[in-house]
Amino acid sequence: MDWTLLLQLTLNGLIVGALYGVVAMSFVLIYKASQVVNFAQGEFLLVGAWVCWWMLTEWQLPFWAGFLLTLAFMTLFGMILQVVVLRPLIGEPVISVIMATIGLGIFFQALMKWIFGVFAKPFPPIFSTERVNLLGLEVQTVYLMSLGISVLIMAGFAWFFTASKHGLAMRATAFDQQVAQSLGISVPKVFAMSWAISAVVSAVAGVVVGVVNGVSSALSFYGIKVFPAVILGGLDSVIGAVLGGLIVGVLENWAQYLDAEWLNWGNMVTIAPFYALIIILLIKPYGLFGTKNIERV
Amino acid sequence: MEAAPLLQVNNIEVVYNDVILVLRGLSLTVPQGKIVALLGANGAGKSTTLKAISGLLRTEEGEVTRGEIRFGGERIDGIDPHLIVRRGIFQVMEGRRIIADMTCLENLRLGAFTRSDGEVKSDIERVYGYFPRLRERTGLAGYLSGGEQQMLAIGRALMARPKLILMDEPSMGLSPLLVKEVFGIIRRLNEELGITILLVEQNARMALSVASYAYVMEQGKVVLDGTAEALANNEDVKEFYLGGHGAERKSFKNLKSYKRRKRWL
Repeated sequence: MDWTLLLQLTLNGLIVGALYGVVAMSFVLIYKASQVVNFAQGEFLLVGAWVCWWMLTEWQLPFWAGFLLTLAFMTLFGMILQVVVLRPLIGEPVISVIMATIGLGIFFQALMKWIFGVFAKPFPPIFSTERVNLLGLEVQTVYLMSLGISVLIMAGFAWFFTASKHGLAMRATAFDQQVAQSLGISVPKVFAMSWAISAVVSAVAGVVVGVVNGVSSALSFYGIKVFPAVILGGLDSVIGAVLGGLIVGVLENWAQYLDAEWLNWGNMVTIAPFYALIIILLIKPYGLFGTKNIERV
Repeated sequence: MEAAPLLQVNNIEVVYNDVILVLRGLSLTVPQGKIVALLGANGAGKSTTLKAISGLLRTEEGEVTRGEIRFGGERIDGIDPHLIVRRGIFQVMEGRRIIADMTCLENLRLGAFTRSDGEVKSDIERVYGYFPRLRERTGLAGYLSGGEQQMLAIGRALMARPKLILMDEPSMGLSPLLVKEVFGIIRRLNEELGITILLVEQNARMALSVASYAYVMEQGKVVLDGTAEALANNEDVKEFYLGGHGAERKSFKNLKSYKRRKRWL
């Protein structure tokens, strides 16, 4: 066995998994706050990455400026989407809302292809050194940046939901909307805020992936990868989403290793997470961290 | 002429789902700095009245279709509930309704959501002053006992620094000893902090002991009102809400006269 390769793959898995975790968190955020299963999550990455790419290459902005402008744009994007598309659907059957988000996904997928073309386009290089040596493992600098940003976002979420009053308000809204209103919380505002934050965070992930692999419609594939991660962790748990993301990322890479060394079936990378998902759901139907209702006896 | 009352409900009518008429011409007045009790049987419309005032009615497909509600002289019917909280009315809902998957402290901090001054910390201490046992509870609020949850719910209301608290059955599901404790605290809140309280209660005896004025509701209307003392000595109130008070038990033979004696109907 090739231990270095395995280690390298595990590290890669953790890095990619952390990104999955970030996207999964932003998915859970929307689900928790507004009970909407957002099938357009992957397109948030796509839109964010394209917008950032456009600002960097067409407007020739420095990275930080383009990045911040992208975040500002995505804040508005998420809010407008919620207000215009999803607010009128409040109170409609779940399936209608799901159809609407699927529609949104297809729409933005196509829109981005229309505007930016179907070919992957690379970001202008951001770091001067391509790779660094970390404990004997070769790691791309962008991957390190990706990991750093993921950890930063997770810490930000942790702070937001336990220390800031708007985070608490969001949790209260998730728990019981009537109670939230009785506390002076505006539920529509919380909804809009959750979409805005989710769009921004997804866009960050999108930009990171874009910097690593180039921007193309493949980015929206992350939206699909999020499902095993989210369901693994339990649909409504933020911590579960992070862990689910990490597990999916590592599993993918291990499966690839297994495949390349012995099985030679091909395509295990894509499928392995879903196998794991089925097995875990057999054992823990609510996912690893799904809410169990507190009941006093 | 005395100053305008803090809260004035004038002849309101409440309809649920556009069909079900729940309140029919209800009026009541809550003067500044007083505790006013709202009594009545199940389904009389007490909770609906509170929700009409706090605006939470609108979250249940209910609507004030006639009449007006004035708070500090300004009309507040038809305003969103979260804005009514900002004006200084806080409802402690029936069944406590604390956020079970948050800690005590987080629940309290959430009570101060509408405020942006820097005194939240000292207010939390003040709440702990009234409810010392909340300080020791560091786990999730969902695991608190019923009494502690009620205390937390009242404490959370205090955190909003309201002018008026609407309390919906604070005694629900509590042991007699705890009921006494909670009502003792309600009285202290009124005396020490000057918070005006509109209290809905099944436990009429307790409610009348802390209130200065009370209304009795039947089928969506006020049928009787007066000072707490007057009501406590009213024969009908004694009969129907305070129970066989020292008097000999009613025999079933007299049961028919039961209905007839509710002379306000």
